Amino acid sequence: MAKAYTPGLKVSARAAYRARRLLPVHGEVLVKVGDAVRARDVVARTYIEGDVTPVAVSSQLGVPAGDLASLMLVKQGDAVVAGQPLARSKGIFGLGKKECASPAAGTIESISTTTGQVILRGAPLPVEVKAYVDGRVAEVFPNEGALIETEAAFVQGIFGVGGETVGPISMACTRHDQPLDAALIKPDMKGAIVVGGARVTAAAVKAAQAAGVAAIVSGGIDDSDLKEILGYDLGVAITGTEKIGITIVITEGFGDIAMAERTFALLEGFARDGAGGREASVNGATQIRAGVMRPEIVIARRPSDAEPAQGARPEEGALEIGTQVRLIRDPYFGLLGSVSALPSEPAVLGSGSKARVLEVKLGDGRSVTVPRANIELIET
Amino acid sequence: MSAPSHLSAHSVPAIDPSKLRYILATDCGSTTTKAILVERVGNGWRQTQRAEAPTTVEEPFADVTIGVSNSLTEIGELAGRRFIADDGTIIRRKGADDPDGCDLYISTSSAGGGLQMVVAGVVAQMTAASAKRAALGAGAIVMDTIASNDKRKPHERIQRIRELRPDMVLISGGTDGGNVQQVVQIAEQIAPAKPRPRFGGEYELPVIYAGNKDAAPQVRGIFGKGFDLAVVENLRPTLEQENLGPARDKIHDVFLEHVMAHAPGYDKLISWSDAPIMPTPGAVGDILQRIAARDRLNAVCVDIGGATTDVFSVFDGTFNRTVSANLGMSYSISNVCAEAGLDKVLRWVHIDMDERELRNRVKNKMIRPTTIPQSAEALVFEQAVAREALRLAYAQHKEFATTLKGVQQQRTVGDLFSQQASGQTIVDDMRLDLLVASGGVLSHAPKMEQTAAMLVDSFEPQGFTQLAKDSIFMMPHLGVLASVQPEAAMEVFERDCLVRLGWSVAAKGEGKWGKKCFSYRVSGAVSATGELACGDVALVRVGPEQEVEVTVEPAKEFDLGAGPGKPVTRRVKGGTVGILFDARGRPLMLPENPADRRAAVARWANLWETR
Repeated sequence: MAKAYTPGLKVSARAAYRARRLLPVHGEVLVKVGDAVRARDVVARTYIEGDVTPVAVSSQLGVPAGDLASLMLVKQGDAVVAGQPLARSKGIFGLGKKECASPAAGTIESISTTTGQVILRGAPLPVEVKAYVDGRVAEVFPNEGALIETEAAFVQGIFGVGGETVGPISMACTRHDQPLDAALIKPDMKGAIVVGGARVTAAAVKAAQAAGVAAIVSGGIDDSDLKEILGYDLGVAITGTEKIGITIVITEGFGDIAMAERTFALLEGFARDGAGGREASVNGATQIRAGVMRPEIVIARRPSDAEPAQGARPEEGALEIGTQVRLIRDPYFGLLGSVSALPSEPAVLGSGSKARVLEVKLGDGRSVTVPRANIELIET
Repeated sequence: MSAPSHLSAHSVPAIDPSKLRYILATDCGSTTTKAILVERVGNGWRQTQRAEAPTTVEEPFADVTIGVSNSLTEIGELAGRRFIADDGTIIRRKGADDPDGCDLYISTSSAGGGLQMVVAGVVAQMTAASAKRAALGAGAIVMDTIASNDKRKPHERIQRIRELRPDMVLISGGTDGGNVQQVVQIAEQIAPAKPRPRFGGEYELPVIYAGNKDAAPQVRGIFGKGFDLAVVENLRPTLEQENLGPARDKIHDVFLEHVMAHAPGYDKLISWSDAPIMPTPGAVGDILQRIAARDRLNAVCVDIGGATTDVFSVFDGTFNRTVSANLGMSYSISNVCAEAGLDKVLRWVHIDMDERELRNRVKNKMIRPTTIPQSAEALVFEQAVAREALRLAYAQHKEFATTLKGVQQQRTVGDLFSQQASGQTIVDDMRLDLLVASGGVLSHAPKMEQTAAMLVDSFEPQGFTQLAKDSIFMMPHLGVLASVQPEAAMEVFERDCLVRLGWSVAAKGEGKWGKKCFSYRVSGAVSATGELACGDVALVRVGPEQEVEVTVEPAKEFDLGAGPGKPVTRRVKGGTVGILFDARGRPLMLPENPADRRAAVARWANLWETR
């Protein structure tokens, strides 16, 4: 039987999840192999060199750079406080002496008699790395960080904004195809990972920001709404550092599109668990370049969690007759169906280009031919 | 013009050209490794096979040579000759009768994000601009340009440098014998920022100093431990002179010795290769320079990719390259629309489209970049975006490719009538002889007419300009081949690389629509005559092997190369499309009224047979 391979986003009730939690520069690792950690625990800490402030001392004193050495009141390596005089000019016959005060606290890193510039290094800045998910330390990278391992329910989104956050799951929509609008955001969703169904509106995001929601997960979003939320038109899909007070994960794409039923059901199951919903770790960071990074929702599993149903699964990534697929390009964007034929010969498309295609039987009974590049596998 | 200067700096193995028969070349891109086989056929050289395989520089393979071996294995299967041994290495031909192996293997690379640099100079428009030109010309991606007058406060500049992770830093500044203080000040800001190299660990960040030679001792003192400093000749020894060769050479050396050596598998790849591995865009620039020098042409080449668009130009022997980092057709498609404005994109579309839906479509392409247009409507929109991406990239290129800024020009009385300030663009659309297209949306357009029309609409060439496309993007391979076997490279370039599309014959000037713009007469292998009113276009089919004489007579407001109102006669060889006559004026003006505009765009599409 003809087979093809196409990437799909991962939606799994049970997967081994590993997070490499590394410091940007060497530092101290606070955990050891085998430790149980919670998502909010700090696993490694370091200090990076403080900010640098150049001070044009000789020009402030009005003296040649070459004279600076004899006028300095502090020397290389000295600690100084803000306002402390760094150098003093001799004046004329001892009169009209000028001083150059330090604009910030720090340490004198260098004194240049070529440029008359003094480089001031500020206090070290702390950098901490948290565990991000509940789990166990599987490996420690000395001076760098740790590998956290857990068994988790794992959902990959297609696009997101905002960075890492943790909170309990709360369902705003009752159906996977229900749009998420402002009326569905409630005050008790503060700090929660709010799950919608289809398209989330800009008004809903604003209401969520006002309510202090940690993250929103929904099927689609309009580009014009995203522009309104960010305050600018997003040019390239490299996100994660937005400072908008909320993380957003879109599971399917732009426009009116419902969340995949399976994804919705999976999240809903964890929202019903316990009084306030199970905690999820969410990251909106997306990088669609070589080495793709997609946004994610991770929920660490507990031994008491029900075993996920084990259906017959196709070989991962394999495309064959009957495989469930989503069409990901206009004119059929967002439609679901199953593969009904995999012709091996390329076909001429409506655009005039030649490409390898497949036939898909849509949910409404129609049969359409689409390029193989324009479908995505849905794991069942 | 001689060959690109840096080529002479590398040691090239002595190869007897008469013994060569099979040459393999690869280009290791970020996602795909493309291989070609160049063979001696009869007395000449031809590109005979091509193959590709996924690049294997990332985990789980982390060895670039695996992808190279895979692509060369496929080439071997196509050619009926074994090039890869069981141990994965390249087989060398032992004698004239050896049924396996090659005689020469060479490669370019842009894998792992290519060569990423930070450049610095004292004045943004002068030494820093020269440093940027040197880095871009060597094939680098310039992450940031630091200058004393870049409108940032010193601490902001330092903060920025700290955030970047360059492969190397190039510092220039000051003319020889001039002010020392300013360039030392720049060095003093870069050193404490301690930019962390991409490869981390024990890697010492390479810093190339190409500024005022009198400041070199102080610069050496500043870049001590943690840096690998190299001092080369000043790239701006005087204000009137730019000397980019030594800095470019050093960039290539450092690229090979440091950057490449740290990328997975490159030590092996370097040992396989018979010539130094070149950064991909550097190789494209080199072959373009050679062609321009040999044929005495002014040429522009564009490569539009998913994320970036590269523009290369050679005018009067001066080479320039720019990279528009966020103008592209998949990853960057949304940025093209944001930067140009959706209204600018839609002016190339002759059918009604809903803006909200289009915005969502653009973003859906951005997040699923591998999808392809299925319907005719989707293709029209994609090619409209391409026109704007190309237009913006070319505008950026023109802004960058200028005469040296800060130069006091000596003028004669005659110059008073054509005064040009320093810093003018050297890209002259009227003097452009050859425009070469490459990159998916241009190379894989369903119709060659569409490629030609996209080039004309976005570059707006004036007068007579030959249009061509790189058949299978082999300019990088030929660029590196030219460094060891220039004749073979030039021959393959002519015979197999370039697909001649034809000519754009376009009038410069503005006029009222409907009034006469120019008349044309084509004679020889093909005969045709016509008169075009402003706003009209026409296509005369002249095949690649057909030669014709073309005479154009413009109205007095229009110029086709000889001056306003003056006729021009040229003998030209045709192409797969033919001759596109264009009386839409320069700058190209589209009707403001949407209905008129749509009608005009539809008419042009019909006349140039792009539909």
